[in-house]
Amino acid sequence: MAKASESKLVAGATGDWEIVVGMEVHAQVSSKSKLFSGASTAFGAEPNSQVSFIDAAMPGMLPVINEFCVAQAVRTGLGLNAAINRRSTFDRKNYFYPDLPQGYQISQFKHPIVGEGEVLVDVTPSEQIRVGIERLHLEQDAGKSTHDQSPTESFVDLNRSGVALMEIVSRPDIRSADEAKAYVTKLRTILRYLGTCDGDMEKGSLRADVNVSVRRPGGPLGTRCEIKNVNSIRFIGQAVDTEARRQIAILEDGGAIDQETRLFDPVRGETRSMRSKEEAHDYRYFPDPDLLPLEFDQAYVDELAAGLPELPDAKKARFVSDYGLSPYDASVLVAERDLAAYYERAVASGGVKRDAKIVANWITGDVAAYANAIGRSVQDTHITPEQVAALVDLIADGTISGKIAKDVLALMTGEESGASPRDIVERRGLRQVTDTGAIAAAIDAIMAANPDKVAQVQAKPTMLGWFVGQALKATGGKANPQVVNDVLRSKLGL
Amino acid sequence: MSDPTSLTLAEARDAVRSKSLSSRELTEAHVAAVAAARPLNAFITETPERALAMADAADARIARGEAGPLEGLPLGIKDLYCTEGVRTTAGSRILDSFVPGYESTVSSQLWRDGAVMLGKLNLDEFAMGSSNETSYHGPAVSPWRRPGSETALVPGGSSGGSAAAVAARLCLGATATDTGGSIRQPAAFTGTVGIKPTYGRCSRWGVVAFASSLDQAGPITRTVRDAAILLRSMAGHDPKDSTSVDLAVPDYEAEVGASVAGKTIGIPRQYRIDGMPAEIDALWAEGVAWLKAAGARIVDIELPHTRYALPAYYIVAPAEASSNLARYDGVRYGLRVPGRDIAEMYGNTRAAGFGPEVRRRIMIGTYVLSAGYYDAYYLKAQKIRTLVRQDFERAFADGVDAILTPATPSAAFAIGEKGGDDPIAMYLNDAFTVTVNLAGLPGIAVPAGLSADKLPLGLQLIGRPFDEGTLFSLAEVIERSAPKTELPSDWWSATAPTR
Repeated sequence: MAKASESKLVAGATGDWEIVVGMEVHAQVSSKSKLFSGASTAFGAEPNSQVSFIDAAMPGMLPVINEFCVAQAVRTGLGLNAAINRRSTFDRKNYFYPDLPQGYQISQFKHPIVGEGEVLVDVTPSEQIRVGIERLHLEQDAGKSTHDQSPTESFVDLNRSGVALMEIVSRPDIRSADEAKAYVTKLRTILRYLGTCDGDMEKGSLRADVNVSVRRPGGPLGTRCEIKNVNSIRFIGQAVDTEARRQIAILEDGGAIDQETRLFDPVRGETRSMRSKEEAHDYRYFPDPDLLPLEFDQAYVDELAAGLPELPDAKKARFVSDYGLSPYDASVLVAERDLAAYYERAVASGGVKRDAKIVANWITGDVAAYANAIGRSVQDTHITPEQVAALVDLIADGTISGKIAKDVLALMTGEESGASPRDIVERRGLRQVTDTGAIAAAIDAIMAANPDKVAQVQAKPTMLGWFVGQALKATGGKANPQVVNDVLRSKLGL
Repeated sequence: MSDPTSLTLAEARDAVRSKSLSSRELTEAHVAAVAAARPLNAFITETPERALAMADAADARIARGEAGPLEGLPLGIKDLYCTEGVRTTAGSRILDSFVPGYESTVSSQLWRDGAVMLGKLNLDEFAMGSSNETSYHGPAVSPWRRPGSETALVPGGSSGGSAAAVAARLCLGATATDTGGSIRQPAAFTGTVGIKPTYGRCSRWGVVAFASSLDQAGPITRTVRDAAILLRSMAGHDPKDSTSVDLAVPDYEAEVGASVAGKTIGIPRQYRIDGMPAEIDALWAEGVAWLKAAGARIVDIELPHTRYALPAYYIVAPAEASSNLARYDGVRYGLRVPGRDIAEMYGNTRAAGFGPEVRRRIMIGTYVLSAGYYDAYYLKAQKIRTLVRQDFERAFADGVDAILTPATPSAAFAIGEKGGDDPIAMYLNDAFTVTVNLAGLPGIAVPAGLSADKLPLGLQLIGRPFDEGTLFSLAEVIERSAPKTELPSDWWSATAPTR
């Protein structure tokens, strides 16, 4: 098991501590119908309006596996570089709860559909970790109980009952809150690339049970606590930190950690005990006799593998090798499949060759800043990849400077919305001045008006920037900065 | 015309088809018989209006020349089959007011083929029992009595209502279910024919589950031919049941009367158990002689793991039942007995809703699946199950076409006689039948004679998977060879029809 780097350790009163985290991520399969019934899975419907006789566990009802969900689990397994188990079985996990109509959850306990895999996670621009995947299995979601509508009764909504979930279990390879956040972020990216889960944490499509323990660096594993159902990436980070601090405080006081299930309360910034190991359910798992073992051949797996999209790691590697991007820029661009596609459309727009790195800089820089300011993804703004490409081309052919390009972009986001950058430049007369004579005249005027600065720059050539600024100002920013530089240097004898 | 209730299902079919008898007449006679037979407590719910409406619809189809295979034939439905719009209780208080919004696949196939529903038949609660005494609605009573005795006898179980109703000519045939012998044992006790088909032959969809890996639907009828006719309509692949098998359903009736010459019949000595009455042994020997006379070859076979089958069954079946019955929790449908909190509501509801035998099996099942006990009980039972199945596979691989055994270790007993303090005494009824469920094989019980007490005794034939056809051929030989026994005469109705 990996040991955390020094910087990840948590300093306690009695020395350093290492955080160890493993996660069980529940990802709702993007399927129109439930795992074992034909009922709809659409979010936000009237309570109990999407419940079949099977979901309500009426007498004599039987589950039938949804083949689409099986395919999505296999595709996800392939996306996690994991072993696909061509024979898996469904088990019943028995417990009583009002939102669990059958009195058991159909899950995969002994023989999951997907075995061991691995996810590469970029934690910072310079740090990458590997998180082992222990297994992925298919299971049913439960319904939802609400306790705030009546003083004496609880209400149950079974719309979610029977919805297909993939439970993705990681190895305890995570060593900090940042790593935990980065892992879930990457997992979400992979799922969204595959289209097997929409990753929408607000709607509960992706939730994590976070197992946290602490130990002396490299020492034996500590007792873990499981924090149930954390539903945002930010909260996952907070839950890890909060829980690790709680455990360290107990241990440093000479106490011991009780293995238990806890809940994270983001409002109060604490975790609270839900049930102890002694109160843990005996789920009495046994093979579900209503379902045959799930079996498929290698050809089925191969066919699904052949249909997989390019995944983020492969795309990132390609962006680095084909476009010459830095690994960091590449990972920013591939974080969302649609953003990567946006970038590639901009690079290839009009079949013209252009500098892919500059395109990347514009998209991850000014365009992203604008998108962020209006609370959207780059690909969801009205700035098209073709507009970005045209802007980059205008700079490349010397029509405008980078500075003017920023103004053009600002116009495109505002009053010139929808116009092509070239039209904006022409209409507004923003074309760069490359006429050496005009520039020389402006420079002469500046030098004549500022003899003291001329003397200073000759002693200290870094002062040149002041003259460049003045020259650009005098030409309304349209002077080609390169030409300005050349003329200045020759006139000042630098 | 004689009393239409004394017709066999095949005879009634032919009469209706040839329009010498209308479904209306046939159904009216049965509705009257059902109403008159309430002392037998065979029906939990009678549906006379529905029956007559279905009969009229059948007559209309016959008039249009659109008769289905079961057109106009009145049947009883075990109250474990969900029937749309008709109360379905599973013999339990917990479902006493439950009215399904759907129809079981098997019963819907009967209606598709033109059959008429007379009502819902009594059974042991959730099909757990061998005497119909665990029903919330009280025991069904066998139409059979010992000569000169008025002691009420059990019709067997769990399909006691089905067997009693068929033997008493309240319906031409009935659906039943068999998890450990619940079709074959009551058929044997009532002098009727009952077949448990191969696991997967009939859909379980819409049949209240007892033990999912063992439950199978099947018919109880008065003749082998009638069973063949009914099973053909009941069987077939159902995409809604993942364990149902996609195999064409043969014309079983064509197998009735087919020659059995050259068939190899295995006789397993392991079914000669300690304390078995001599008359059962003698009956078995007679069965051997009849099949031999019909040209079958008789061989001794070994089914060495037979003695472990009953204990293994009483682990596997309760384990599955404990999980299957978890849904009866008072939350969504059925009985609810309030409590101060949800846990107390569960406890109150299930304590009040389930009878003692069901509670016992839920507790056994919960125990054997518990952490720390799973390997010792459930897993070991599953291993025994595999060994039991392999015993049969070996016999079939050696060329055996079917296996002949007694159907039950005794004739019917009196209500209240068994199982009061000792549930094991009741469980022993299933000794000869549970092996067949554990192995998923087809088994048929066919009347073969009478006991010293003049009560019916049956023989069981066990077949290869999906070879129900051979069982019908062989069973018909026994039916034909056995001494003719009269059905019990009507002591139960206040106005017994002249016969």
